[in-house]
Amino acid sequence: MREQTKPVKTRKTNKLRIWLCLFAVFFGWVLLAGGHSIAYAANSRSAAAPLPSPQLSQQVANLERQVSSARDSGDNAWMLVSCALVLMMTGPGLALFYGGLVRKKNVLGTMMQSLALMAIVTVFWAILGYSLAFSPGTSFIGGFRYLFLHGVGSAPNPAYAPTIPQQTFMLFQLMFAIITPALITGAFAERMKFSAMLLFMILWTIVVYDPLAHMVWGQGGFLNATSGGMFPTLDFAGGTVVHISSGVSALVCALYLGKRLGYPGESSPPHSVVLSFIGACLLWVGWFGFNAGSALTAGSLATSAFAATQFGAAAGVLGWMGAEWLRSGKPSALGGISGAVAGLVAITPASGFVGPMSALVIGALAGLTGYLMVTVVKAKFGYDDSLDAFGIHGVCGTAGALLTGVFATRAVNPIFTDGRGHALAVGLLDGNAHQMLNQLAAVGISWTLAIVGSLVILKFVDAVVGLRVSADAEVQGLDLSQHGEEGYNLET
Amino acid sequence: MTKVEAIIRPSTFEPVKEALREIGVEGMTVSEVRGHGRQKGHTEVYRGREYSVDFLPKILIEMILPDHLVETVVQAILRTAKTGKIGDGKIFLSPVQDAIRIRNEERGEGAL
Repeated sequence: MREQTKPVKTRKTNKLRIWLCLFAVFFGWVLLAGGHSIAYAANSRSAAAPLPSPQLSQQVANLERQVSSARDSGDNAWMLVSCALVLMMTGPGLALFYGGLVRKKNVLGTMMQSLALMAIVTVFWAILGYSLAFSPGTSFIGGFRYLFLHGVGSAPNPAYAPTIPQQTFMLFQLMFAIITPALITGAFAERMKFSAMLLFMILWTIVVYDPLAHMVWGQGGFLNATSGGMFPTLDFAGGTVVHISSGVSALVCALYLGKRLGYPGESSPPHSVVLSFIGACLLWVGWFGFNAGSALTAGSLATSAFAATQFGAAAGVLGWMGAEWLRSGKPSALGGISGAVAGLVAITPASGFVGPMSALVIGALAGLTGYLMVTVVKAKFGYDDSLDAFGIHGVCGTAGALLTGVFATRAVNPIFTDGRGHALAVGLLDGNAHQMLNQLAAVGISWTLAIVGSLVILKFVDAVVGLRVSADAEVQGLDLSQHGEEGYNLET
Repeated sequence: MTKVEAIIRPSTFEPVKEALREIGVEGMTVSEVRGHGRQKGHTEVYRGREYSVDFLPKILIEMILPDHLVETVVQAILRTAKTGKIGDGKIFLSPVQDAIRIRNEERGEGAL
């Protein structure tokens, strides 16, 4: 009897796919090896100059003051720009990105969530949030020293950023506090009551964001890498604080609120991939402020983080696009921009710790991971994480946090030093396998705080206000039911 | 008076419009519609979810014509809108009860 064989075309396509995958892995190794050896080319420092005469000494002191002042104003100028860039990521970046993905009848409702958070988080940050996150307190939460921004003025806070006014630092952190809850809105798109969303987010920033920011970045934080945390965690710009916290909370919200009416059978495609495209590009550009700004100075670390960001994003695009091209036959624009975001998410915690080649690898892995999460895993489990906040931010953020532990190197950022100022190994490949434990601890704490915190708040808000819009309102669309407007009145 | 409704491909609209102008058709109403006969749609993929688009974009031309022009118009449309492939469209003819010009309230064929 004749055996049934695969048609010739399928055999050839499978062989091609296998060769392409092998090539991709090989290429990844080449990048890592190349990047590793280049990164270890040491910078030489000039020897200290001999002591000059008293008059010369005075002149040098004046010059040093001027240089310092110039450097500080350079730092502050860059940081203020970064603040603006990060705010732009929320409005209009995220507003457009999410807005384009929903149905036309929900576009304003979706964008309004970002705008409302820009407003309300600002207020609560000023009153309470900054203090809870960044004033000295316990290992888990800050105190009330900076309540109502008391004492947060032009003087630098040497614990965080010695060359810029503390007010600049506060503003920078504010923009992070704004975008983090805004990311969550993607999970409950098209069905959450506006009032409930506001209440949920006020509580969430206080209960989940502020403590986590304190633990990772705050003085004396449990996970702080530089001020003696129990599990010093490498999180340069917020893989745990921003992406894991929001992404995992997003999943909890999506599961608690339940699926949209008619999902998945009667679901609709994005009403405007064009809007999402514009939003994604604004996110990419804004992310330079997010990552490179986290250097808190305008020096070479900012440049390094800037580079890592660009390479992470680029590789993310290619990773997602490549996977989609192979699996579906066509690379989509939506896939490309989603890949960029996935790459940017994963590089966020790593940006100030890894070199460009590692950034390419991290970005590519994130693109692939995001693609699989969104197209395979979500379909398999059937949860309605409408705009893939969990798939892209939660999971790629987790991957990024762990990969940071793998690729972080003292050649880029000698963050750990011994008593005599010698740089110690930072990440796994650098020679510090123990760091993986710290990264895992941070990931675990972020997931736990996000899950528990979100559940408690959801229950409370549901009891007080009710989380979901009525079925009629959902069918009518949030724009009309929640805001009394229509996004497009093109016939008039 | 006869109503001529022609559902055609968007890509043939310009040639059809030119041909109708050459004949001397003085008025028409054009709308962008979606529809299908036997023509198959296509599939779009967004983040791994497939959406089948069955209704395809078409152009609907509506004209009310004096009876003596109808066959000329039909032939012109057939000539310019035909590609020979499924999805070329259809022409429907129906009788019209009356036509009234709003500006001067004229009725009948003179209002066309």
